[in-house]
Parts: sequence; C-alpha cells; structure tokens
Amino acid sequence: MNNILVAKEVSKQFGSHIALNKVSLEIPKNSIYGLLGPNGAGKTTLIRIINQIIYPDQGSIYFDGKPLQAQHIAKIGYLPEERGLYKSMKVGEQALYLAQLKGLSKSDAKIRLKYWFDRLEIGDWWNKKIQELSKGMAQKIQFIVTVLHEPKLLIFDEPFSGFDPINANLIKDEILQLRDKGTTIIFSTHRMESVEELCEYIALVHQSEKILDGKLSDIKKAYKNNIYKVGLGVQSANGLLEDLKDKFEILSSEYLDGGSQLNFTVQLPSDDTGPFLSHLSGKANVNNFMETIPSANDIFIRTVQSK
Amino acid sequence: MGKLSLIIKREYLAKVRNKSFVVMTFLSPILMVGMVVLIVYLTKINDNEIRTIGILNESNYFSTDFQGTESNSFVKFKGIGLEAAKDSIQKMGFYGLLYIPNEQDLEQVASRSFFYSKDAPGSSLLNNLENVFKDRLRLQRLQKLGVSVSDFESVDNNFEIKTATFTGEQNLKGITEIKAFIGGAFGYLIMMFIIIYGGFVMRSVIEEKTTRIIEVIISSVKPFQLMLGKIIGTSLAGVTQFAIWIISAFVMFGVLILVFDIDPSALNSGAGNTPGLIGGAAYVAASDSAMQLYANELFRIPWIMLICFFVIYFVLGYLIYSSIYAAIGAAVDNETDTQQFIFPIILPLMLAIYVGFFSVFNNPHGPIAVGFSLFPLTSPIVMLMRLPGGIGEGGVPVWEVAVSILLLMITFIGIVWLAAKIYRVGILMYGKKPSYRDLLKWLKY
Repeated sequence: MNNILVAKEVSKQFGSHIALNKVSLEIPKNSIYGLLGPNGAGKTTLIRIINQIIYPDQGSIYFDGKPLQAQHIAKIGYLPEERGLYKSMKVGEQALYLAQLKGLSKSDAKIRLKYWFDRLEIGDWWNKKIQELSKGMAQKIQFIVTVLHEPKLLIFDEPFSGFDPINANLIKDEILQLRDKGTTIIFSTHRMESVEELCEYIALVHQSEKILDGKLSDIKKAYKNNIYKVGLGVQSANGLLEDLKDKFEILSSEYLDGGSQLNFTVQLPSDDTGPFLSHLSGKANVNNFMETIPSANDIFIRTVQSK
Repeated sequence: MGKLSLIIKREYLAKVRNKSFVVMTFLSPILMVGMVVLIVYLTKINDNEIRTIGILNESNYFSTDFQGTESNSFVKFKGIGLEAAKDSIQKMGFYGLLYIPNEQDLEQVASRSFFYSKDAPGSSLLNNLENVFKDRLRLQRLQKLGVSVSDFESVDNNFEIKTATFTGEQNLKGITEIKAFIGGAFGYLIMMFIIIYGGFVMRSVIEEKTTRIIEVIISSVKPFQLMLGKIIGTSLAGVTQFAIWIISAFVMFGVLILVFDIDPSALNSGAGNTPGLIGGAAYVAASDSAMQLYANELFRIPWIMLICFFVIYFVLGYLIYSSIYAAIGAAVDNETDTQQFIFPIILPLMLAIYVGFFSVFNNPHGPIAVGFSLFPLTSPIVMLMRLPGGIGEGGVPVWEVAVSILLLMITFIGIVWLAAKIYRVGILMYGKKPSYRDLLKWLKY
C-alpha cells in the first residue's frame, strides 16, 4: 500500500501500431517519479491511460490499492504537454469552470483560486481574457488549474516548457512544496537536469516497453563502472604516466601547471581501489581521487542506444 | 449529470456572448425587414411610372374606351398618317403607339389593330389593351346572338367538382398543397437549423482542438459528455436565436405596418390578374367564401399533433446530424479540411427538401414520399411535409409514422455511437488530414 499507482502489464495497440507492450510500474506515494523516454516511446499513451482518457487493451491499473475507476479522476491532476485554454473566455471564469469539472464546488473553487492567484501574484488577471495574456502567463493559470483540486497524484508533462527561468524556478518550488505536503508527482520530461534535480524514482520507456525503473540513486549505482578521476602532484615527467599505462587502463590524461599536475581518468577492473592506490603511494602526491557517477543523461543515452 | 450541465452552460454562454452571434441575432431581422420594405418601395416606384401611349384611331369604334389609369395615360392622334404618328411618338418619348385601322366591321378592326413600341411591351400593358378589345367584342357578339348582358352573366358559372373522402369529409382543392407547404416550412426550418447550428458545433470542436484545451477537459469528463454538452448547449443558443428572430420579426412588422401604413395584402398582390368587367364581383364573392372554407380547413389541421411530431423529428434529426458534425470537427485540424466531409451530410438534407417540394406536394402518399419519409436521414424533413394531412384515415398510416420514428431512433443511437468513437479518437489526433479510411480505422481503436 505504499504505492499510489501500480500498473500491471499494461498493453495498448492502435491499429497495427503497438503503443505500449506489457508495461508495469510501481509509483511510491509521496515521491517525484520521472517518466522518461524518447519521443514516441509511449509515455503519453501511458499517461492518458492513467487519466482514463483512453483504456488499455490488456493489463490493469490500481490507484491507491483499488482498480482505477471513474471517480479517481477527481484525485488526479494532469498538465498535458499539448495544453491550452479557451482564448475568448475570461481567466477567472475559465478557472472556475475547469475546477468545477474536477468536482470542486463553485464556492470552494473560488476560495482556492483566490489563494493561488495571490500566491502567484496574478490576482488582477481575473477578468482578462486568455488571448490578452502571454504564453507564460497562460501557463501559470494552467498550472493552478491542474493543482487546484488538491489531487493525490499529479502528472506533469513537460511542465517547464513556455516558462522563463525565473518562473520555471517558481513552478519547480511549487512542485517540491506539493511533494512535501504529500502529493505524488509523475514527471515526464526530456530535460535531464530537472530529472537529476527533482526525481527520486525514474522509469525509462523505449519502443513501447519499459526498459528500466527504480530509485534514481540505485540506478546510478548500478550504472557506475569503476571509472575514477585522479589528480596527482608530480615533480617532473618521470615516466610515471607510462608506468601507469602499462599496469592500468588509462582512458585520458593531461599535464597541467607546467607538468607539475597530472590529471587522468582510469578504468579499474573492480570497485576495489586498494591495489591502485597502493601502487601510487610513494610515487606521487594524490591531490584528488573521485569516482565518476553517471548522470541521468548518460544513463538515458546509454540505455536507449544499447537497445 | 452535474458535469454535463456545467458543459451545457459554458457552451451556451460562450455562444450567446460571442460578438458575431449577437450581431447576427439582432441584425438579421433588421436586414430581413429592410429587404421587404425595399421590395415594397421598389414595386411602388415601378407602379408609379406612367407610360404615355399614343392612339391613332381611324375607326368608328373605341372613341371613349381608352381611359387613362394609374400606370397608363393615352394621347389621341388625329388626322395624320401611321408613319407620321410613329415619328412623333418617338420624338416625344412616348412609350408606344396603338394603331386602330378604319374597317367596317369591329371584328376586322380588332384583328388588324397593331401596337408599336421601341421594345417588346410588358404583358400587363398588353393585357389592359386587350381587355378593352375583348369587352367590346364580347358585347357585340352577345348583341348579334340576341343575348342581354344580364342573361350572359347568369349563364356564366364557375364550376368546381366537390371532393370528399370515403368517410364523407369534404376536401378542398389545393388544400393538400397548402398542408404540404406548412409541413415543408417545418422541414425547411429543421434543415436550416441543422446546417447553421451543426456548423457551430463543428467549429466549436475545432476550436477546442486548436487551442489544445481538449486534453485538459477530457481528463476531467468523458469525451461523450463533452460532445453531448456541446451539442445541447449550442442548440439551446440556436433556439434562443430563432426565438429572438421570430419575436422581433413580428414586432418589426407590426411597427412597420403602423408607421408606414403598408397594406399587408399588397405584399402578395400581382398573384391574380385583375378580372375583366364581367364576372368580377362573382369572383371576389366566390373567393371570399372559399377563403372561409380554407381557414376552417387550416384550423382543422391537427396542430398539436403536428408540433409534437415536429419536436420529435427535430430533436432526433438534429442530434443525428450535429453528432456527425461534431465527429467531423474532431477529425480535422482546421475548417478548410472539413469540405470533403460536409458535402455528404448536406446531400441527404438537400435531397429531402427537393423530394419534398417536388414529389410530396403532388402525391403525399406515393411510393417516393413514403420511401423518403421512412429513410432516417431524410425522414425528419419529408415526414413533416406529409403529416399536416393527419395520421390514420386519409392521412399518413400509423405504421409508417411508427416505423419512421423507430428507424430514426435506431439510426440516432448508431450514428451517435459511431460519431462518439470518431470524436474520442479524433480530438487527440493532430497534424495530418484524415481520409475516410483513417476514420474507419479509428472506429477500431
């Protein structure tokens, strides 16, 4: 029961095109879960199935331990990648309408909208029409409408697109605060730096199949490959590098500071660093010694390309 | 239910607040009334033009018969030849010259008379001139036969065979056409409503697609709810608009008649020719009593039944067509791509109207009329044209109405189901213009 959402072997086919092939996911409560994958991998199809916009051919989805049902719509908030608002409708009216569609009463919706409009400092937009707003402004409204009914599960598909860096930060902070309040967030994006920054868990979908999932830190551990960055202080080019090259697999190297600093990366055969470090002792001063951890970006590219 | 009413409300308000909708609603009646006023005015100007016609009368007849009227005045020439008269007519800018030669006998005079003019003369002018000759000839022939005018008038009769149904109900000549015309008006109303407001539904769906709000909304409500709410909301806006049109039309006509003192009967004058000297009074009297009969007959049309069926056929027919419009809107990205799909919708509607006017008017219970009033895509229009004749004895058989409505309901369920499927898939499809084959494929998704 620690998962807000569980997908079991979900498959979906459009005509002859298989959009999802037996995808299973477990999304822990109160986490930020990155749903990653190249374009056309099937992420949007999966998200639409969770939102009950379309229905799976096979497999099942459980929300908070129960099979996904129509009433769960009120507990999910969805910010689609392809999003927009009625252009000729006024901001306040439109926000009220969308909130009521999510099951809020009109008076509740008004109170919460006022709170959010003040919080994001857009209170004076209430009577403006969407067509009078800039894209970033409209995105703010869209964000508010998505979170207004305080869903247990929020799904953001590229939430930062259309925002300038300041507003993107603002929204990022809001997302983190929502997480802290107990909301679970599914986060679909191509921007790996925000995955790195926000996501505790990730799943990687490629060619309609899930090829990787789990805790991001665990995945990184699994993907590290005993490459170390080493910085040595040396007297002069005394053949140390050649000696190291004989005994270890040196991937790259360079001398700095007129030959007094040698930086290199080395591939060790296992995570036992003892033999390497004892080999160095006495021959040079070890200024730094650091294991390289693969970035989410590296993992993404390596996994997708190896398929 | 709560969500559906929310959607209906939004769609309704979005429509009636739309500027072009408001302009259309209030401008159309003004334009319509303006047109009528213009037509009446132009007709009056046309009538006010007085044509001057020269008469060169060399005979001993007709010396006092040609009197000026509202539209014609006559100038008599004397003592000049035909060619000289033609010359002076042209020089003075008169409309034409009536030449009556000098012959012994009236019959000969009449047969050799000529009318000369620059262009071919209008038929009403010629009728006026001919009537003068006819009356004079008739009088002379009656005299030759030794019959007095009053005797002749008593002989003249206007016989029409009386018709009745087997049960003894009296029929009136032309009442079938009048009834079909009333039904036709209802049918035409349905067609106009479908084309105008079906188009609105379609554009509204396209708008949701292009603004990309659609995915936000269908993560809250079912696509079918959205489609239904849109159709109902838009049609309520349409009913509002029609109501405003009808009310304001009545008000404006009332105002016009009061202010400009227009005789309403002037609007449909020109239908019958002015009757000749003889028998005129009888004609008027006869038409008065006939009018009474027709009025009675019109009151006997089962209006309540007719309006009930109008509502049934209107609702079902409109829902069928507007859900197709919604599906088309969902399938395309912009309005220009809709052409290929719209034509097949308009086709049965046009067919229904034409079949109605050409076939149902002549024979409301013929095989064509029956067939088209059963076929669900045309029945809302064609059946309504047949229904003013009543249901059952002498009217549309009960089984035909029942089958027609049943077929319409089955089609309604089937079409709405198909349209909802296309709609559901289409609203999330962007980029390419779909073909009919794509639409078929979507049904299987």
